[in-house]
Amino acid sequence: MAAPTLRSSTSEDSTRILERLRKRVDVGGGAFQVMLLLSLFITLLVLIVLLGQVLIDGWEVLTTRLGDFLTSGLGSQPEISGIAQGLRGTFYLCLIVAIVAFPLGIGAAIYMEEYAPKNRLTNVIDINIRNLAGVPSVVYGILGLTIFVKGWGIGTITGGSTPLAAGLTLAALVLPVVIITTAEALRSVPQPLKEAGYGVGATKWEVIKDHQLPYAAPGIFTGTLLSIARAAGEAAPLILVGTVTGFITQIPPWYDVTQVRETYTAMPIIITRWVGQPQEGFKVDGAAAAIVILILFVVLLNSVAIVLRNRFESKREA
Amino acid sequence: MTATQNWDISALQGSAARKRREGVVKWVAFSAAAVSILISVLIVYSLVFEAITFMGQVDWSTTINDLGWFPRRNLFDFPTIIVATLWVTAIAMIVAGPLGLAAAIYLAEYARPGVRRWLKPILEILAGIPSVVLGYFALRFIAPQIVANVFPSAAPANILAAGIGVGLLTIPLVASISEDALAAVPRSLREASSGLGARRMTTTVRVVLPAALSGLTAAFIVAISRAIGETMVVFIAGGAADAAIRTFNPLDPGLTMTAAMASVASGTDNVAGQGPTFQSLFFVGLLLFIMTLSLNLLADRFVRRFRQEY
Repeated sequence: MAAPTLRSSTSEDSTRILERLRKRVDVGGGAFQVMLLLSLFITLLVLIVLLGQVLIDGWEVLTTRLGDFLTSGLGSQPEISGIAQGLRGTFYLCLIVAIVAFPLGIGAAIYMEEYAPKNRLTNVIDINIRNLAGVPSVVYGILGLTIFVKGWGIGTITGGSTPLAAGLTLAALVLPVVIITTAEALRSVPQPLKEAGYGVGATKWEVIKDHQLPYAAPGIFTGTLLSIARAAGEAAPLILVGTVTGFITQIPPWYDVTQVRETYTAMPIIITRWVGQPQEGFKVDGAAAAIVILILFVVLLNSVAIVLRNRFESKREA
Repeated sequence: MTATQNWDISALQGSAARKRREGVVKWVAFSAAAVSILISVLIVYSLVFEAITFMGQVDWSTTINDLGWFPRRNLFDFPTIIVATLWVTAIAMIVAGPLGLAAAIYLAEYARPGVRRWLKPILEILAGIPSVVLGYFALRFIAPQIVANVFPSAAPANILAAGIGVGLLTIPLVASISEDALAAVPRSLREASSGLGARRMTTTVRVVLPAALSGLTAAFIVAISRAIGETMVVFIAGGAADAAIRTFNPLDPGLTMTAAMASVASGTDNVAGQGPTFQSLFFVGLLLFIMTLSLNLLADRFVRRFRQEY
């Protein structure tokens, strides 16, 4: 007869304990969570204030003379100056980066993931790629200056300080990132998919081309878009490879490909230049308006990349 | 009767053209990978020769000069740019360290998938903002609105504001590497801790963070390396156009090593200039390269350690 009483007292105890546990307020834990949220809130707030500040500063130019601003060239008066040459320069740079870094990056990633034997050389290449990703962008500028602008033979091909030389410099800058993201995308391809390919007698390249690359395509595409966005916003290497910071008088048409071997300027350089000017019209209004355009472009590329990745991730999880 | 003599193993190996294509693809892929080695070699090549020229030409008594960094007057006071670099890096880490780590902890340990889906892109958008924009923001907002209010004695453009700008730029980097480190901590450790009755915060602070320590260290080292190498924020917001008076006070204008390089390259007698002024670009670049490379190699060791543990 003792057992039932014991049991009932235990369950009564446990309900009481549970009740007390439920009522217990975890002050430390709550404070910790609030602190974490507050930190995130600060980060978010910075982003909002930053975007707000450039929008307010650039508002007048963007609302009163947007068309004029986009199609006019650089000038000595802020009221009539525009960013046409900068847009064109940045467009060329992105194009060259895509053409050069995309195939090279995918090729290198395919080698590292699929073909590379496990030996010292592979190890060296691997460490090398990861370290290249951490080299500061100004140092790439020095590479560009010595090799692509003044390099023996290469300098004559690029024509010196031209979009071609700068594009190659930026391509070298983003190459390690393209390789790393592509390699990650290739690694995420499920093993059975590859084995199915080999099972029906496909060669290694056929499996890569027909199975792995299509499966990894969204990941590769995301990485490439992010790299192009990074190249578009990069200013430090351009300063070193001699992007024109002053005035260029002509505004040649976009389709004039020979311009890749002429003097040029780019969006981040125009912004840097204008911020340093004494006139408010350049320093604040013009620079902020140019920043809004640059951010729109970069954020657009980034968002496309993020949306693409999220969509494919959720599709695969399902 | 099986006609074994009619079978040839080569018939099963596919056509010769197909096999040849395999070989070609392998070599093409290898060449692409080799380009990365070539880039490294060329970087070192472009830095070393001119840097040696600089070391030969420069009057070493001017490299520790009380006046400051005036490359165009052949005064190369290295303490000026090195101390500014250290200040910017330290300030950046004070900003990015806690904010980035907190974001990582929240994303990895607390956030529900729905919240995560919102928070992560915000950090990614911040990561995608070009550094010239942060430079403008540091000059237009951080310096006059924040630094000037806290320290009225600060110069209109100063190292502190630039450092904060660099810090904001590195938050996403700290957050993303730290989050990877936290995510690599096995679930069983958290479950064991909860099973012993630890609260969520106790589990996070006493179990997960120590377990992820090497990965978190790597995140900080990479962020330091990135802050040292950041150019445009300091070039725009540092307040010293192309020369800097020697100062060890972060409220004064200053030039970091990277900004000093950008200044030499963008000044009146620009990249075509000659003499030690121009060569200083390469010497500072080499110093910078060595500093960031050592930090990255160090970070790599820590990353490997946390990959091995679990």
